[in-house]
Amino acid sequence: MTVTPITMPKWGLTMTEGKVLGWLKREGDAVGPNDELLEIETSKITNVMEAGENGILRRVVAAQGATLPIGALLAVLAPADTPDAEIEAFVAGFVVPERDDAAGDEAEAAAPREVVAGDYRLHYLEIGAGDGPPLLFIHGFGADLNSWMFNQPALAEGRRAIALDLPGHGGSTKALTGPIDSAGFAADIDRFLDALGIERVHLVGHSMGGAIALSFAGRQSDRVASLTLIAAAELGADVNAAFIDGFVKMERRREAQEVLRLLVHDPDLVSRAMVEEVLRYKRLDGVADTLRRIAQEWFPNGIQRAGWAEIVKDLPVPRQIIWGREDRIIPVAHAEALAAKLPVHILDNAGHLPHMEKAAEVNRLIARLIAA
Amino acid sequence: MPQKTIRQALNEALRQEMRRDPSIIVIGEDVAGGAGSAGQRDAYGGVLGVTKGLIGEFGEARVIDTPITESAIMGAAAGAAVTGLRPVAELMFSDFFGVCFDQIFNQAAKFRYMFGGKARTPLVIRTMVGAGRSAAAQHSQSPYHVFTSVPGLKCVVPSNAYDAKGLLIQAIRDDDPVVFCEHKLMYDLRAEVPDEPYTIPFGEANIVRDGDDVTVVALARMVHYAMTAAEELEKDGIEIELIDPRTTSPLDEDTILESVERTGRLVIVDEATPRCSIATDIAALVADKAFDALKAPIRRVTAPHTPVPFAPDLEKLYIPSPEKIAAAVRDVHGYGK
Repeated sequence: MTVTPITMPKWGLTMTEGKVLGWLKREGDAVGPNDELLEIETSKITNVMEAGENGILRRVVAAQGATLPIGALLAVLAPADTPDAEIEAFVAGFVVPERDDAAGDEAEAAAPREVVAGDYRLHYLEIGAGDGPPLLFIHGFGADLNSWMFNQPALAEGRRAIALDLPGHGGSTKALTGPIDSAGFAADIDRFLDALGIERVHLVGHSMGGAIALSFAGRQSDRVASLTLIAAAELGADVNAAFIDGFVKMERRREAQEVLRLLVHDPDLVSRAMVEEVLRYKRLDGVADTLRRIAQEWFPNGIQRAGWAEIVKDLPVPRQIIWGREDRIIPVAHAEALAAKLPVHILDNAGHLPHMEKAAEVNRLIARLIAA
Repeated sequence: MPQKTIRQALNEALRQEMRRDPSIIVIGEDVAGGAGSAGQRDAYGGVLGVTKGLIGEFGEARVIDTPITESAIMGAAAGAAVTGLRPVAELMFSDFFGVCFDQIFNQAAKFRYMFGGKARTPLVIRTMVGAGRSAAAQHSQSPYHVFTSVPGLKCVVPSNAYDAKGLLIQAIRDDDPVVFCEHKLMYDLRAEVPDEPYTIPFGEANIVRDGDDVTVVALARMVHYAMTAAEELEKDGIEIELIDPRTTSPLDEDTILESVERTGRLVIVDEATPRCSIATDIAALVADKAFDALKAPIRRVTAPHTPVPFAPDLEKLYIPSPEKIAAAVRDVHGYGK
């Protein structure tokens, strides 16, 4: 096919529509697969959509400011020699595909499930299918499996991609009864994988989830096919104690907005809906206590236990570190200190959430490590 | 996440809190609907079924079916609160507040003050508000502005099931008297409601919808009418910012003022009568504290200053409609242009 439609993507389980915030390319521009085409705002966060293909941006269909359902036509890519009439006909004849939950897109059909692992009910989302080792995403402090909304669908092609809610988080059991240091949570991951009958995995961990992934890999390296650490905890002593403290204490929208803006390079990325989602979690009985306990265990007196920097250097597992250069929660220096020993990717214009702020780039890095 | 109606959300809040804290009791007319008489013990669970099943789980000592005597219910509840229980008393229709207002206004609301801060009055008064069922002038009013005007009372006016559960649990855990107003036409409205208990702080408005053109403040059922108006207005490129205060006392003034400072235009939608109301109160607040930001007169969309009509057609005219809201928004949006 010479004409390629660019349609509204589905990022995450709850997305039904997106808003075109602005175009980064103009009609007539030549684009490559990794070129940023436009910015789309979901109810949770704003993200950049890439072209995905080579071509000329022949027609911009969705105007800036338009809110459109998933699958709606946003633009048309085509080679320079495709006649205008053909583009016209394509746009005129475009029909938003019916979303069929039974047979359709796997991300669409998937619903989170629960499994009992040890003392906890663990809530997780699995999408994709394949024979190789599955990919397991482990989120950070106070977050949940939705952290991976821009990554999990993109990396689920030909592979099982699983994101879980850690104990105390998201839809999993909130009251923590077991040990809650990185080794304790790594043991929960161990039980989770056993409950799902999974032997080997590719691990991707963010922040606290990075230290948990590392702890798991340090003890059972034979079960880890690859390890991607994103802005991981416990690779150095520094951490933004004001953020941790603010996150634990925040109850109202205004304070939550201030705290959550520390997570990202561009504060406008934090939408009101994202703030509301975090507050809905924080309001649940027991969550404030759980977070306070985790914070005391992981960041006593505002300092991290920094036990993993030496271990990651010699870990017999294909591995990489990804960090945002503008990280205001855990300094990028923790990654730079390891650059001589293993692949370290530092992304410009990204804060503590590079997997959301620079999703496409992070997805490429993960895909490359897995394929290697 | 499970979808629940407001009725289910309120029932779940009561049940979970009563399990957590044995000092919580429920008292009111027909809260079981038959307890103490021959026949079925839990016949109804309140006239709208909100307290259904509680007497079976918690017994007659904690779910107290009373005679038809609002002054006794409120007097007993206020006294129980000040002596260590946490009563959730039901005033079936808020219209009946007249017969028990001394207990609410002069007793419960004043205890903390009259006893030099040594007395706490953790009392919740659940009550129904709202027109639209052709229940006539004595069963259709929305007097939350009366409760709001009393120092010492807090007043909650939820618009959806998620807020209803979190605000009722917050009300039960609060150490001061709280009047909790439930709109009688909204009990079957559904929303995603977590199974776990949770609280929503008082004095924190909900921004229901973002917009830069006109600020609309609405309460209870009017939030939904304003959303309907918003969808119409959006087609003409008018984006309203819709604010649901959720609690009228305390009132989240900052959220309203910040929004008006951005939009410069304000419409307030209130199902209650217009004199000395929440609508006038918010209009005064904005005129006082954000006067320089205003680009148009403040418009209020309210019921007229009359009793609620019984005749269905008249009652329909009486209640603010999405069309009236949209017209008011267009008015202030176009003002001075």
